[in-house]
Amino acid sequence: MTPMAGVTDPDLLGDLSGLLTDEQRQFAALVRSYLDDQIRPHLSDWFEAGHLPVREIARGLGSLGVLGMQLSDYGCVGADPISYGVVCTELEAADSGLRSLVSVTGSLAMFALRTYGSQQQRTEWLPALARGEAVGCFGLTEPDAGSDPAAMRTTAHRTPGGDWLLNGRKMWITNGSVADIAIVWARTETGIAGFLVPTGTPGFTAVDIPRKMSLRASITSELILDGVRLPADAVLPDVRGLGSALTCLNEARFGIIFGVMGAARDCLTTALEYAHTRQAFGRPIGSFQLQQRALVEMAAAYTSGVLLAHRLGSLKARQGLRPEQVSLGKFANVSAALGIARQARAILGGSGITLDYPIVRHLLNLESVLTYEGTHDIHTLIVGAALTGERAFT
Amino acid sequence: MKIAVCIKQVPDTWSEKRLSPSDATLDRAAAEGVLNELDEYAIEEALRLKEGHGGEVTVVTMGPERAADTIRKALSMGADAGLHLCDEALHGSDACATSDALARILAGRGFDLVIFGCESTDARMSVIPAMVAERLDWPQATFAAEVQVAAGVLTVRRQTEAGVDTVTANLPAVVSVVEKINEPRYPSFKGIMAAKKKPVETLSLADTGIEAATVGLAAAWSAVTDFAARPPRAQGEIMSDDGDGGRRIADYLVTNRLI
Ligand SMILES: Cc1cc2nc3c(=O)[nH]c(=O)nc-3n(C[C@H](O)[C@H](O)[C@H](O)COP(=O)(O)OP(=O)(O)OC[C@H]3O[C@@H](n4cnc5c(N)ncnc54)[C@H](O)[C@@H]3O)c2cc1C
Ligand SMILES: Cc1cc2nc3c(=O)[nH]c(=O)nc-3n(C[C@H](O)[C@H](O)[C@H](O)COP(=O)(O)OP(=O)(O)OC[C@H]3O[C@@H](n4cnc5c(N)ncnc54)[C@H](O)[C@@H]3O)c2cc1C
Repeated sequence: MTPMAGVTDPDLLGDLSGLLTDEQRQFAALVRSYLDDQIRPHLSDWFEAGHLPVREIARGLGSLGVLGMQLSDYGCVGADPISYGVVCTELEAADSGLRSLVSVTGSLAMFALRTYGSQQQRTEWLPALARGEAVGCFGLTEPDAGSDPAAMRTTAHRTPGGDWLLNGRKMWITNGSVADIAIVWARTETGIAGFLVPTGTPGFTAVDIPRKMSLRASITSELILDGVRLPADAVLPDVRGLGSALTCLNEARFGIIFGVMGAARDCLTTALEYAHTRQAFGRPIGSFQLQQRALVEMAAAYTSGVLLAHRLGSLKARQGLRPEQVSLGKFANVSAALGIARQARAILGGSGITLDYPIVRHLLNLESVLTYEGTHDIHTLIVGAALTGERAFT
Repeated sequence: MKIAVCIKQVPDTWSEKRLSPSDATLDRAAAEGVLNELDEYAIEEALRLKEGHGGEVTVVTMGPERAADTIRKALSMGADAGLHLCDEALHGSDACATSDALARILAGRGFDLVIFGCESTDARMSVIPAMVAERLDWPQATFAAEVQVAAGVLTVRRQTEAGVDTVTANLPAVVSVVEKINEPRYPSFKGIMAAKKKPVETLSLADTGIEAATVGLAAAWSAVTDFAARPPRAQGEIMSDDGDGGRRIADYLVTNRLI
């Protein structure tokens, strides 16, 4: 075989596209071409402006079949986990904000409705969410309960007439102010329950969180529930306590394991191109040993991350994943992606800090990804507990 | 209504195109093959006509084995069936042979309308639609910016420098479309999954009754006798303005026949 020379596609080194079936490759190619045409040209402007046209994008992605693609009915595609994973990779190669939109809609709101909702709730909302004509959000975190959601203060009281009254606040809720429905988790007399809350219900307000420096192309809001009165059938009947909410999170985390490798790929591609073309001391910077080492470290971390994601994807398809396996994936791949983004940032020198290149955007976004869906620390301790048998976080 | 759409696989628009040193034909293996962009508009128009009138859309291509990917893409957009003429002997065919082959596989299948893109991005001759129409002896309405069908009559609007032509023809007819005509849809995941199950008929030269001696490079009416790569871009010329800069730029442009 002739050696490779001067590649800018980091998948070539490990022949990573060979991991995919034809269909998975076609799904990924379709999403990539949609994003290249419709989304990528606007991303740095949206990021700078702190804006994302969520509804338009949801309709676009919905028409491709992206939203809730892992579900197999109510108008959804019924795709295998790796297909969902590679789609997350393409989305996050554009921007973590897009993958967040899809995670929250598909893996959190739609998955919760499909798994715990009533027939009536599912038929009313799932097809519209799948088409992107309705937008959903998922409210678990609170101002004073993040890593420890069991400490939540939001309450749902049953009135004598059978209605529910919700009171409390939810914090850091992706899509919050644009959503048509919120899946809200609240404390009841009998434990933690999930509710389908139409966002137009009196007493419900969503206020965007300003001054974010990360995930700027994503809407993040605070939800205020002030005496929100819901009919008896607003509760998700099959929820069994907080564990049900955590099951949804595991679905979304799975998408992150693949997604962050997209951000990493985009950084690595950009750095490789730059290293080929940028000259210093009369030579391309890619000809210097230090820059080569950085590129090699990035390529190795990227290839390992993709392989781990695929291993977890095939396990999920075959037998499902244990929580500590999902935690291992999130732990390893988010920090790998952050490391790659940081090295890529440095390779671009001064250019690396501007929005003319995607790198600093990915780097800043990944700081949120490190924190949400369970912080890096919490996943460390979940894997630590699995290895040692000692729980170190409660 | 039975509609055929002729589609061509071309090298990716952004890739560097090369001719094979051995026979001076386009090296199709050197670059990724994609669906000719204008043909997406032809497919879209066919799908819209089908949605409005009912019927079936068949995509037709002549090309090497991997052109089957192009058929799959059209099927994933919503076309119903594919027809693929694939034979080594066709390699290097010129426009005369290509149009002959396409006309033969289109004839006798009961198509009411055949839609083409108005140009390929690789050879860019813009002649195939007209040549196929002549061979079928069907009316041709080319460069359409709008297509309507009612009661067996085709009406096409074509933008020209002078204004807008409205052309009518009886079906069956041949149409070629320009990119203004519509906004092609993206395929969907469901479309991709469904495409795997749609029928694709693959034909060899023998199935069409075309004699091998009349097609391919050897039978082409024109021959490429020599070719050279474009010389690498030379260093630009820097002029410093000593008060006569404007005149010197004008001289430069005139010398290089740019004005
Ligand atoms: C952009 C963005 C979007 C989000 N979207 C959503 C959403 O849609 N829905 C939703 O419900 N939530 C969402 N979140 C919330 C996110 O899940 C929480 O921020 C996260 O769970 C951490 O909670 P916290 O911010 O309250 O941090 P805290 O829990 O206060 O943690 C602070 C620090 O303490 C550490 N820590 C906490 N406990 C331990 C321990 N036992 N041992 C060691 N270290 C510990 C953490 O690792 C962290 O470093 C989003 C967050 C962000 C930033
Ligand atoms: C660089 C180059 C130069 C060439 N020069 C000549 C030349 O000088 N003379 C000559 O006779 N041939 C030439 N050819 C050969 C020519 O490419 C083929 O004959 C081709 O099939 C017809 O021309 P076109 O691609 O320009 O089609 P166009 O007429 O530009 O294409 C219009 C439409 O016809 C349809 N169509 C075209 N090809 C196919 C196909 N294979 N299958 C199905 N539908 C199709 C598509 O709908 C397309 O949008 C050249 C080819 C190349 C690559």
